[in-house]
Amino acid sequence: MSYKQIRLWKDRWSANLFLWLCLFFIFIVVLIGVGLLIKSAPIWKEQSIVHLIFSKEWKPFQGKFGFLAYISGSLLVTFLAVIIGLPISLMSAVYISEYAPGRVRSILLPLIDLLSGIPPIVYGVWGVLTIVPLVGQVLAPRFGAVSSGYSALTGGIVLAVMIFPLLIRILLDVFEAVPAGLKDASLSLGANQWETVKHVLLKRSAPGIIAATILALSRALGETIAVLMVCGNIAVLPRSIFDSVYPLPALIANNYGDMLSIPQYDAALMLAAFILFVLIFLCNALSRMVLNRLERRDYA
Amino acid sequence: MSHLRIATGAPGTAGPGLGSARQSNRRRRKLEAGMAKGLMLTCTGIITGSLLLILWSIVSKGLPSLSWEMITSIPGGGFYIGKGGGILNAIIGSIYISLGSVALALLVSVPVVLYINAYAQSHSVLVNFTRLVFDVLFGIPSIVYGAFGFTLMVALGLRASLWAGILTVALMVIPILTRAMDEVFKLAPPELSDATYSLGATRWETAKVLLRQSVSGIVTAILLSFGRAIGDAATVLFTAGYTDSIPTSLGQPAATLPLAIFFQLGSPIAEVRNRAYAAAVILTVIVLIISLAGKYFGKRLSRYKV
Repeated sequence: MSYKQIRLWKDRWSANLFLWLCLFFIFIVVLIGVGLLIKSAPIWKEQSIVHLIFSKEWKPFQGKFGFLAYISGSLLVTFLAVIIGLPISLMSAVYISEYAPGRVRSILLPLIDLLSGIPPIVYGVWGVLTIVPLVGQVLAPRFGAVSSGYSALTGGIVLAVMIFPLLIRILLDVFEAVPAGLKDASLSLGANQWETVKHVLLKRSAPGIIAATILALSRALGETIAVLMVCGNIAVLPRSIFDSVYPLPALIANNYGDMLSIPQYDAALMLAAFILFVLIFLCNALSRMVLNRLERRDYA
Repeated sequence: MSHLRIATGAPGTAGPGLGSARQSNRRRRKLEAGMAKGLMLTCTGIITGSLLLILWSIVSKGLPSLSWEMITSIPGGGFYIGKGGGILNAIIGSIYISLGSVALALLVSVPVVLYINAYAQSHSVLVNFTRLVFDVLFGIPSIVYGAFGFTLMVALGLRASLWAGILTVALMVIPILTRAMDEVFKLAPPELSDATYSLGATRWETAKVLLRQSVSGIVTAILLSFGRAIGDAATVLFTAGYTDSIPTSLGQPAATLPLAIFFQLGSPIAEVRNRAYAAAVILTVIVLIISLAGKYFGKRLSRYKV
């Protein structure tokens, strides 16, 4: 073989190999979905999925697997996390993108990256040390509630801090896609910086902000260890934010040890994982498509 | 057009009586802007404050229980009722799993990133779709990877082991690594590949040039994924098992740092719980070092960039 042939051969083979690896990994997504679906088959073949989701009876020994308490617990914690996390992240992202001088920015961004690198278990330990007493001894008595501190609100606060970095990073990208010309036009008409932010930046980025929120929502929905440590894990329908809740990921993580001894228990837990997978998959796909479109759009 | 009309109309309406009204309006606008800025600063303060609060509360609680013995020995007899020993088993186990999974992830990620940046037509359907898939996989929580890894393990007849842990964590790390490297490759100037192609290089040779250009970013991406791999608990909970000894082969179960913290924190004995706090300090320090190293190498290696 001549040198040129060897070079072309290398080129062709690497292209084929890389393409197949690429396709293989795309296939993994399908594999995860199908794998979890098959593993949970024993339970959704026997009981209707609507019944499983809307029943609150969870008695594994009697074969009753109602997810309602877990799903409502997950939704409550996630909702609280976004309610707390979104306004703070939004204002902070506006500050970093529009107001902060370069030097402040170059200090803040690495700090935010550091925050995103802290492992979930450390957030959990922090939650137990700081937020649990805060909620149990300070916040709950102030609102006339009795709480152990291991509550939905505690989970919401810890998750809010965990989603700060994700939200800020995406919001900064979204703000960057707003053309400078629009902001300049607003400023030159006499609007001050805050009015420009309010009427141009935020209005223009509305779809991106919504997409970022959905992403943060799905991140909070799937977070496991930290939530498991601070939410109290009592499977009843929560009546207030100071009640203990038992989110879906915590259910999966807490019961893996003894699930093999009870029939259908493993199928029920795999169904929980499948529900999480589908919900989060849809949220992510939707918001990423919105964000990609925003980034690609060209303004004159 | 309507803006123009208002702008030109404005001087006409400014009678002598309206001056003070306009002044108070201006004051109100100024006040609102000032308050907004104050709010922004407060929010930024809350975020940086929470980082400092986390670090402070972990370190102040864990440091008193941290000892040399904890880092250098494995659990002794009666370790879980508060007697002597350390968590070397978990430190080593975590490092094995993270190293293994990042190495495995590199084998998949580098080719994928090269393919979508150097081989495929840019912005083709396949490229956009691949990026979307990795974005979505990035968002899938580690507990789902854990559950999937567990089913895979059962299907392959593996038991909870170092090997199963590495495989599962690799699945979680691949999207992180791929996205981080893709960001770097996207930044490479298009003139670079134009130049190599015009010199008659093949795509494979161009890919090698791009690799060299992106070295700093790749190192940062590797360290980022290593930090994520070492800190994650939900993936190894099902798959890696837990043991008091240091694993000597891929088939043995392995302890991990996050799980060491998690299990010891659930103990009713105060000394064991204190050790969990100390273990949290160890994990945090490891992650911070990795994170800072990423920044350092990112800067240092980029000296040779075009």
